[in-house]
Amino acid sequence: MCLGIPARVVQIDESDLGKVDYLGTRVITNFALLENIKVGDWVIVHAGFAISKLNEEEARETFSILKEMAEKEALENKHKERKKQGKK
Amino acid sequence: MKELRDKRVIRGLLSEIEKRTQELPYSPRIMEVCGTHTMTVHRYGLKNMLERAGVKMVSGPGCPVCITPNEIHEAAIGLVTENENFILTTFGDMTRVPTRKSSLQKAVPAAGSMVKIVYSPRESLEIAVSNPEKQIVFFGVGFETTIPAIALTLKEAFEKSLANFSILSALWIIPPPLRAIVEAKEIAIDGFLYPGHVSTIIGVKPYQFIAEEFGIPGAITGFEPSDILLGLSSILDQIKEGKATVANEYSRVVRASGNPKALAVMEEMLETKDAYWRGLGLIPQSGLKIKKEYSAYDAEVRFNLSIKGGSGDLPGCRCGEVLQGLIFPPQCPLFVKKCNPDSPHGPCMVSFEGACFVYYKYNPKIK
Ligand code: SF4
Repeated sequence: MCLGIPARVVQIDESDLGKVDYLGTRVITNFALLENIKVGDWVIVHAGFAISKLNEEEARETFSILKEMAEKEALENKHKERKKQGKK
Repeated sequence: MKELRDKRVIRGLLSEIEKRTQELPYSPRIMEVCGTHTMTVHRYGLKNMLERAGVKMVSGPGCPVCITPNEIHEAAIGLVTENENFILTTFGDMTRVPTRKSSLQKAVPAAGSMVKIVYSPRESLEIAVSNPEKQIVFFGVGFETTIPAIALTLKEAFEKSLANFSILSALWIIPPPLRAIVEAKEIAIDGFLYPGHVSTIIGVKPYQFIAEEFGIPGAITGFEPSDILLGLSSILDQIKEGKATVANEYSRVVRASGNPKALAVMEEMLETKDAYWRGLGLIPQSGLKIKKEYSAYDAEVRFNLSIKGGSGDLPGCRCGEVLQGLIFPPQCPLFVKKCNPDSPHGPCMVSFEGACFVYYKYNPKIK
């Protein structure tokens, strides 16, 4: 029930109605719960309403932490491989 | 966004988690409060992977369709079966909940009446405008994620003085049942994964009492597998350091103070009340009702319904215990055999986020 989809704003009028693009589909969305939304912003849409604006800076930060993790994991795996081969 | 589902990231995070649990003398039990989290945990196989890494995941009460007591579902069924020229609109899951009076999907509406599934509460207003000769009742269910949308719909109906529209509300707020679960002490919880989208509305503060009064760590997280694992690492770090906070691991979407506009419209149109939750019973100040000024739009008032809300599961269904994390769905004797998504015996098997449905869907072995 609390499913929210990240989608991009493609249209918005003065009465806070507009559309978002979600994986190529345009979905009618009400933006009245948010302030200063413009075309191009990323928002979370739930039950036809945009409930939060995505903070792109925070998103980038999370993704870079995760990327680091992935690289570290790849590196550790390599070490493990080497150790195994060494034992043989 | 692909980082959030990257297998290497997931493996990396899991091994970090394992490192932390190995230093603990016990396997911490973490409650994922939100049904959408339950879905992620099972859909990506995290439940078993985490079990191996030393973390026990327990599902919580975060499925609004599930925790709405049968009596409210029955009142909705009563409205369309006993009144002519009536349109009851609601979200899809709500129509399949079985009660002593059948379900909205199976019950036979009175002449000129019908049940209509909507995606957004606002659609109900459009239906009301284009059907002036009928009464439209929106059976609105939800947590804080959905409540602002419903409050705004109510406000619009009031401003347009729509004469044929009202709302049957089943609106629940998340922090009070968490207090109830912790205070009941029937199950020891070592940490909470707080619901990401409820938190976009309410922010961080409403959970703080759990850290401060009860010393239980927690983290707000998003809905991708890596989000869940980041939240768990944060909880394990808190356990290790012997402290408890409400960490925000979903900062790309959740602001510390929530969504002020959404909170304002909730406050304007609705007020808190004591409410019954399936399984959890009466919880003080855990529900919202329409304010007196707007009672013309309150279906309970308009149609003189007397909903006390105490009635619980159908005989045999143990959804109430599932919702409290007391039993896992496979422990219910009806699970799979007599209760499955094709013929659900309780709401926990109906909703896509109900724990029974999720267990059924993502554990191929049990079918
Ligand atoms: S399996 Fe069905 S009957 Fe059993 S607790 Fe879940 S919903 Fe109720």
